[in-house]
Amino acid sequence: MNTLNKRLFGGNEGLLGTLFLAIILVVVLPLTLDIFRLNLMGKYLTYAFVAVSLVLLWGNAGVLSLGQGVFFGLGGYCMAMFLKLEASDPVTTKIQTTPGIPDFMDWNQLTHLPAFWVPFKSFPFATLAILIVPAVIAYVVGAAMFKRRVGGVYFAVITQAIALILSLGIDGNQGLTGGRNGITDLKTLLGWDIRTKSGQYTLYFVSVALLFGVIMLSRWVLSSKMGRILNAMSEKEDRVRFSGYDVSDFKIFIFCLAAAISGIGGAMFVLQVGFISPSLVGIVPSIEMVIFAAVGGKRSLLGAVYGTLLVNTGKSLFSETFPQLWLYAMGGLFILVVVLMPNGLAGLWADYAKPWLRGAKKRLLERPPTGEPTTAGTAVETN
Amino acid sequence: MSSNTDYLLAIEDLTVSFDGFKAVDSLNLYLDQNELRVIIGPNGAGKTTVLDLICGKTRATSGSVKFKNREMLGMPEHSIVRSGIGRKFQTPSIYENLTVYENLEVSFPRGRGVFGALAFKTTSEVEERIQSVAETTFLQDHLHTEGAFLSHGQKQWLEIGMLLAQDPKLLLVDEPVAGMTDVETHQTAELLKEINKDKTVMVVEHDMTFVRELGVKVTCLHEGTVLAEGTIDQVSSNERVIEVYLGR
Repeated sequence: MNTLNKRLFGGNEGLLGTLFLAIILVVVLPLTLDIFRLNLMGKYLTYAFVAVSLVLLWGNAGVLSLGQGVFFGLGGYCMAMFLKLEASDPVTTKIQTTPGIPDFMDWNQLTHLPAFWVPFKSFPFATLAILIVPAVIAYVVGAAMFKRRVGGVYFAVITQAIALILSLGIDGNQGLTGGRNGITDLKTLLGWDIRTKSGQYTLYFVSVALLFGVIMLSRWVLSSKMGRILNAMSEKEDRVRFSGYDVSDFKIFIFCLAAAISGIGGAMFVLQVGFISPSLVGIVPSIEMVIFAAVGGKRSLLGAVYGTLLVNTGKSLFSETFPQLWLYAMGGLFILVVVLMPNGLAGLWADYAKPWLRGAKKRLLERPPTGEPTTAGTAVETN
Repeated sequence: MSSNTDYLLAIEDLTVSFDGFKAVDSLNLYLDQNELRVIIGPNGAGKTTVLDLICGKTRATSGSVKFKNREMLGMPEHSIVRSGIGRKFQTPSIYENLTVYENLEVSFPRGRGVFGALAFKTTSEVEERIQSVAETTFLQDHLHTEGAFLSHGQKQWLEIGMLLAQDPKLLLVDEPVAGMTDVETHQTAELLKEINKDKTVMVVEHDMTFVRELGVKVTCLHEGTVLAEGTIDQVSSNERVIEVYLGR
C-alpha cells in the first residue's frame, strides 16, 4: 500500500496535492461555474493532457517537442471521424446527393466513403485508434529521428515541421478531412446526445477522471527505473549510453507514450467542444501547450494542470477585453517564466509556499525546535 | 582479418583519421586477462581517442579491436558495454540530479530495455551490490547525497563505482586522479589495484607519481602509435620518451 501510494501519487505529499486538485476540479469548479464556463474548463483540461505529456517528454526526458498538437489533433480527428459518421446516417443526410456520407464529402462530390474512414464506423476501433494512431506516428517519427541521434533543437524544429505538414495536409484535402472548417456538427456518441447540459457535465467529469488516470500512469512510469534513466538521459546522454542503454529506445518509448496521452486529450476535446479543425493541430497550438507546461513547471505533473487552467483562464478573460494584446501577453508570459521561474508554479510552491507553510505549522504547534525534520527535503521535487 | 589470440583485448592496426590527420595510426596494443595497464603520452598522443575507439564513441577508419576474440568495431555503444567494457570519462560524468544511490542503481546491469526498466525492482541483491560498490569507492556515507553536492574527487570515485555496478570485465579509465588531492590520489591507486584483482583495467593518466604507485606495465603513446612499452623505469629512461614527453 505504501509503495503503491509512492508509485502512483509520489508519497503522502503527492497524495495531498492530488486530492487538493481533485477537490478543485470535482467539487469547487462544478459548484461555482455555470455549465458554459465549466465546459470551457473541460476544454482547457483536454489541453492539460498535452501539458502532462510534455512534462514527461520535455521536463523529464529532456526531449522538447514543439509538435504535440499533432497528436492532440490525431486523437481528436479519430474521435471526430467516429462521431461524424454517426451523425451522417442516411436519414438525416437524405437531402445529399449521396446520403449516408459526411456532408463535407458530399459538397466535394465524393460519392462513397473513403476506405480509411470505413473502420471508424466501429466505436471500439475508433477508441483504440485514439491511442494507437498518435503512438504509431510518434514511433515512426521517433525511430527516424532518435536512431539517427537527431535531438535537441533539430528535433524541436522537425516536430514543428510535422505540425505544419499535418495542418496543411488536413486543410488541403477538404473532401477527405473537412478541410479548414474541420469536422463539425457532431451530435451523439452511441446515440447519447453530447450537446445537452447533462452530457456536458458527464463529459467534464470523464475528462477529469481520465486526466487523473493519466497523471497516475505518468507518475508510475517516472517512479520506475525508467524515470531515473529518462532524467539521467536528459542530463548526460553519453553516460547513459555507456552504461549499456540504447538511449534511442527510451526516447521513442516516452515520445509514443506522450503522443497517446495527447491523443486522449484531443478525443475529449472533440467530445466537449463538438468539432475539430486544423487550426487546433498546427504550430501555434503546439507552442501554446509548451507554454502551459512551462508555466506549471515543466517537471511537475500536477503543475501542468494548474499551468494550463491558469493560462487559459487568463487567455479567455484577457482576450475578451483586449483581443489584440493577448498574443503579446502570452509571449511575455513565456519569457517571464523561462527567465524568472524556470520551474514554474511548481517551483514557486516548492521554494516559497512550502517552507512558509512548514514554518506556519511549526509556529502553530509551538513545538520545541529539537527533532523537527524541517530543513531536510526542501529540494524535493513535487511532481 | 586478425586472428584469434589469448589476449582479453587485442588492438591491431587501429587507425582513425580526422580529415587526413591520423589521431591514431596503425596502433597495436594487447591487454592480458586481469592486467592493469597505464597509457601515458603527451597531449594529442591519441590516448583518449584510443579509449573512444574501443568503446565505440569514435568510429575507426580501419583496423580491429577484439575483446574476448570478438570484433568490437562497428557495434553500437550499448552493445559494447553489454559485452563487458566499461568507460569512465575524463571529466567526471555522473548524474548531478540523482543521488549516489540512484547513480549506482541506474548503472546496475538489469532492466536495460524499455520494458525491463519499467518492471525493474530494487531487490536485495541490487541493494547489496550498491552497498558494496559504495564501500569500495569510499562513498558509503554519501549514498543519499545528490551527485551535484559531491566533491570533485568523490565524483571521480562515483563514476568508477558506476562502472563497477555494471560489472564489466574491462574498465577503460580516463584520467581518474585529475584534480585530486595527494591523499585522494593515493586512495584511487589503491582502489584501482583492488578492482584489478578480478577485472582488467586500462588507465590513461598524466600524474607520474600515481603511475609509479600503480607500478605496472606502461605504454607510452606518441602521435597515435606506441613509442615505448615496459615497466615505468624502462619507459621513463627511453630516450624518445624523454624527448617528446617527460623532458630532460
